[in-house]
Amino acid sequence: MLTYLLAFILFAVGLYSVINKRNLIKIIMGVIIMEHAVNAFLILIGYRMSGEAPIVEEGVSISEFLSTAVDPLPQALVITSIVISLGVVALMVGLAIRIYQHYGTFDITEIRKLRG
Amino acid sequence: MVLIQVFLVFAIIAALVAVEAPSALSSIISLGAVGFGLSVAFLWLGAPDIAITQVVVEIVTLVILIRATIARGVTEIRGNESKTLLIGSLILFGLGSAFFANYLSDFPEFGKSAMETFSNPASQFYLKFGLDKAGGPNIVNDILLDFRAFDTLGEATVLFAAILGAITLLNRKVFIGNGEEKE
Repeated sequence: MLTYLLAFILFAVGLYSVINKRNLIKIIMGVIIMEHAVNAFLILIGYRMSGEAPIVEEGVSISEFLSTAVDPLPQALVITSIVISLGVVALMVGLAIRIYQHYGTFDITEIRKLRG
Repeated sequence: MVLIQVFLVFAIIAALVAVEAPSALSSIISLGAVGFGLSVAFLWLGAPDIAITQVVVEIVTLVILIRATIARGVTEIRGNESKTLLIGSLILFGLGSAFFANYLSDFPEFGKSAMETFSNPASQFYLKFGLDKAGGPNIVNDILLDFRAFDTLGEATVLFAAILGAITLLNRKVFIGNGEEKE
């Protein structure tokens, strides 16, 4: 339970950054931290005590493999999620760079003032 | 199990430093420390594929973020926050903790994976028949490229769309026409 709690605290740090910071780069960092926390949580759910990677080795019987391997399904989906998060981060940073060129600042309150 | 918790605590501390550090370089490098700490934790959790992917993605993310700030002369990113937002985030944190505590009992106990607690899970099928039906010893790759290949196709589509959007945003010629380009 403590391990799940640690993943939750990591998520809370990211959420704090997204809500509370006024700098666009800090907000992007908060989103990245939240993504990391969710990925770590999903992997933690699939873990089994003293489990091994789900790779079939030679000379290992199927029943033995079934009793030691960790859950492969969350891992496959988390790989998808990690790669997509890279694309999303690239898109967010592209938007932030354009905003910086247009307004000369990363501060979101300044951006609101300069509008119009 | 203690090792996993140590690396998670390391990631949390690095995340706090990344959020609070005023210097752009130290902030971004601390963000990298979060990713790399979690990558080592993934290795201990029996997920080597994810650890490798995480390292590659983390490096690319750091390069992108440094390109956005330090390469443009922004070396300080201060996030002067307001008090009302702090109260709001505390309220949200309390609500989130309440939800977490409420559903904590529904989680499988740590060290007892989800496929053991629920009856007839798909993971058991993949583990049992992955080698025979897909032909690869690595079950994660079997799922990605054979059992759920359409999922991977969708992932590639989303990635393509996101990168296309980023390239369009960063393309200089698109914005020159409006006279808004300052660089």
